[in-house]
Amino acid sequence: MPGESKAPGKPEEKTAVSRRDFLNEIAGGALTIAGIGAAVVTVNYSSPNVLFEPPTTFRAGKPDDFIDPVTYLPDQQVYIVRSDKGMWAMSAVCTHLGCITQFKPESEQIACPCHGSKFKIAGTVQAGPAPRPLPHFSMVLGEDGVLVVDKLEIVSDSEILKV
Amino acid sequence: MATTAWTHERLEQLRQTRVWRSIFRRGPARTNRTRSLAVFGNLALHVLPVKVREKSLSVRATYYLGSISFFLFVVLTITGILLMFYYHPAVPEAYRDMKDLVFVVSNGVFLRNLHRLAAHAMVVAVFWHMFHVFYRGGYKPPHEFNWVIGVGLLLVTLFLSYTGYLLPWDQLAFWAITVGTNIVSYVPVLGRPIRFMLLGGHIIGQNALLRFYVLHCVILPLAAVVLIAGHFWRIQKDGGLTVRDDHE
Repeated sequence: MPGESKAPGKPEEKTAVSRRDFLNEIAGGALTIAGIGAAVVTVNYSSPNVLFEPPTTFRAGKPDDFIDPVTYLPDQQVYIVRSDKGMWAMSAVCTHLGCITQFKPESEQIACPCHGSKFKIAGTVQAGPAPRPLPHFSMVLGEDGVLVVDKLEIVSDSEILKV
Repeated sequence: MATTAWTHERLEQLRQTRVWRSIFRRGPARTNRTRSLAVFGNLALHVLPVKVREKSLSVRATYYLGSISFFLFVVLTITGILLMFYYHPAVPEAYRDMKDLVFVVSNGVFLRNLHRLAAHAMVVAVFWHMFHVFYRGGYKPPHEFNWVIGVGLLLVTLFLSYTGYLLPWDQLAFWAITVGTNIVSYVPVLGRPIRFMLLGGHIIGQNALLRFYVLHCVILPLAAVVLIAGHFWRIQKDGGLTVRDDHE
């Protein structure tokens, strides 16, 4: 093109980066940023902000309702355990891959049907592939004498409700 | 014989029409050159090689395992689209729709079983294809990259199989997805967020069903089509199949 032809005797200044490379890098950089932005926005979009899942806090019942050593609450997938030390609420979901465990009264063990993990009633792992003990949930005695369990609040095994 | 001659004549007339010539621009494939051009000029065929060695067409060279896998993919696409007419990816409906397909819809049980059996067969065929290529040394240069595409296709096949497993929304599906998505959460650092995004929540519920449905019906099949096209095209670009001399 005529506009681009160099006038003789007027050498162009030597630059480390040519105009073409400069523009290519600007365009490439802009596209990269836009691509990363699009990916981040998509990941954000895919993670819902509001969930319509069942509430994690529930009223289990009065302490006197739980006279067995281990009572399973199927709707909540939670055990209410009663021992001479006191009471605690514990997850019934196996820490290995999420199957529902079952209390075996004859062996005083909690067993998982999927891959054979076994837990003591305190939640500690006795056998099998489970990597962690069954978590204990916060359980408080409300003013009206009803036990309230919060499945989002995991407490240490030593927090035992004296009743 | 007279009818054959008549048919040939009519076909020849059809080939001379303007409409025909606008679609097939290169004329009848009578010579090697026009046959090659016919393959080059066809959208569906141009990814395939124009010429192959005769040995590579023998049964023992491949057992046609790749073709069988592709054929099963086509069967799964057709039956899957038909199943979509009756299936809602929603929590009370999904299980009922599946039962309706089995007991109420005309030929529904046939289509559902065809889809299910073809899915199992495709997993078998794809694995068998992989082992066969491995033992034949088909992964060696110049076919290394096509092996990599093949690994991608194996993964897509397995993910398709897995996402489809949730859709009947029965106990088997629920616990399989419970276990599977808990395996995902063992991924270091990102495990929990990936599981959350995959399920669209903490539990396997409505969000999870819809996400698995979209993955199963749209995202993964599209990925499979792209990879299959690349896989076929690379056979041609890598100079045909690996064929040993003792295959005759």
